[in-house]
Amino acid sequence: MISFLDFEKPVAELEMRIAELRATADGSDLDIEAEIRKLEKKSAALLASTYGKLSPWQKTQVARHPQRPHFVDYIRLSFTDFVPLGGDRLYGEDAAIIGGLAKLDGRKVMVIGHEKGHDTASRIKHNFGMAKPEGYRKAIRLMEMASKFGLPVVTLVDTAGAFPGVEAEERGQAEAIARSTEACLALAVPMVAAIVGEGGSGGAVAIASANKVLMLEHAVYSVISPEGASSILWRTPDKAADAATAMKVTAQDLLDLNVIDGIVPEPTGGAHRDPARTARALADALGRELAALETLDPAGLLSQREDRFLAIGSL
Amino acid sequence: MSWLSKVRNSLSSLAKRDTPDNLWMKCPSCGEMLFAKDFEANLSVCPHCQHHGRIATQARFDLLLDAGYVVLPTPKVPENPLGFRDTKKYPDRLKAARAANPFPDALTNACGTVDGRKAVLGVQDFRFMGGSMGMAVGEAFVAGVERAIAENCAYVICTAAGGARMQEGILSLMQMPKTTVATRSLAAAGLPYIVILTDPTTGGVTASYAMLGDVQIAEPGALIGFAGQRVIQDTIREKLPDGFQRAEYLHAHGMVDMVVHRKDLKTTLATLLEYLERKDVA
Repeated sequence: MISFLDFEKPVAELEMRIAELRATADGSDLDIEAEIRKLEKKSAALLASTYGKLSPWQKTQVARHPQRPHFVDYIRLSFTDFVPLGGDRLYGEDAAIIGGLAKLDGRKVMVIGHEKGHDTASRIKHNFGMAKPEGYRKAIRLMEMASKFGLPVVTLVDTAGAFPGVEAEERGQAEAIARSTEACLALAVPMVAAIVGEGGSGGAVAIASANKVLMLEHAVYSVISPEGASSILWRTPDKAADAATAMKVTAQDLLDLNVIDGIVPEPTGGAHRDPARTARALADALGRELAALETLDPAGLLSQREDRFLAIGSL
Repeated sequence: MSWLSKVRNSLSSLAKRDTPDNLWMKCPSCGEMLFAKDFEANLSVCPHCQHHGRIATQARFDLLLDAGYVVLPTPKVPENPLGFRDTKKYPDRLKAARAANPFPDALTNACGTVDGRKAVLGVQDFRFMGGSMGMAVGEAFVAGVERAIAENCAYVICTAAGGARMQEGILSLMQMPKTTVATRSLAAAGLPYIVILTDPTTGGVTASYAMLGDVQIAEPGALIGFAGQRVIQDTIREKLPDGFQRAEYLHAHGMVDMVVHRKDLKTTLATLLEYLERKDVA
């Protein structure tokens, strides 16, 4: 059962009507069957038109949809033979960032990403995808291992941001993020990052400073959450929608700004309506980018990555 | 406190200090009344409680560099690439900040010597839009590092920022990897990178170049952290520990090498530069 977002209410109403008709029909009443087909067509068209013109704030809600596929879903659907690797060897194991060895259509890779969890228990376990220093330090360890063994790095970014807490600060959250960004930039192997849900600030960029950065069609990527920007710049919590628009958080905007390199299409109605198809499209896009990067030698990979970021903000 | 209200507060205290009929000021830390001229002559450090006040770019250059340094031009960057406006247009905020400050953005470099040892010094000024890191700061940082490499000397940065400049959206976030490319190139050239953390250094600035120094120095009492205190408080819903995110706290937790009084900063810096000087390749 899909849970509907506020702006999907007209679609939800149609779907409810269809469900009601189905419950009353016994398959023999041709009029009802015809009515159901008509409503289904209407609902599909409405869903397509709604998703064809989502506002940045609506996209933010889709990117945060509780049923949106997360890292563990992509591991299951886009990758095979996953071998999870745990721990930063310094402090602990942070389940907000998961990483390990996997195969992407046969290609051996190191895959790292945020996991938000899908129900109360798993959300708590994964700390809602908000990593602590040990999460970023695990990412550094895995990236360095990948570089050593010539494995390309794939990251799946999906976080509201790094965890804001006392113990995270105590253990050097800022340093861990800075070093993780540095580790991305130091890789002698290809690295492709995909923002699959929320790309929240430094907590995202720490594992997204890649040769190529992709975004799912309805993912968002921003320096601060629209709510945060609203409360700081507008001094009210009510301007999140305006902040989302002003900050240009959508994949389409970021492609225009040359901050990302490609958009992975989502099924009509968002990734959560068809995780398998989304995962297939993601795997294809990742594979294409990796194949292209494999033509570069380590020095070429390093300089392509450096030039990519040096160009942002230069005249 | 948000970076914006911090800017506002610092601006109002600045305005007060500049008014001729306001000869006296109250130390924001111990509350002692100070003669403004004495405070400034004491490097803006309270003689009673040693509270380190925020100082402007020029004063930083004068504090750390020998006379005769050269201020480097601030690189030009695209302005308002997002066409951003909140309650005000971003270009209007920039204009106001430029009218109130001597330099065109929040990070300015100077090339000079520290007790005779060559260095490029970058200073971030909290008075310019909270020191926030946008494209101009990122580009100035890269330019400062490039100059240091060209001069075969150290790059020293005094950080001060509420974080990334939200009015530049994702482009400000991208300055985190961009500046990190620069610190890596300095390291590749075998040149020292020294960070002096001043009050306050938070957000995306802390989570990039401010934490990547070969040597990390902090000024006493400086607020240094990743997340804002209000955000953390809202998350944990308990009182924050005493001295949380202050320089001494970071030192105790292994995040900085030393906490150095402003009056000793220059000699400390000169000593480090002497030790870390690049050996000439025979």
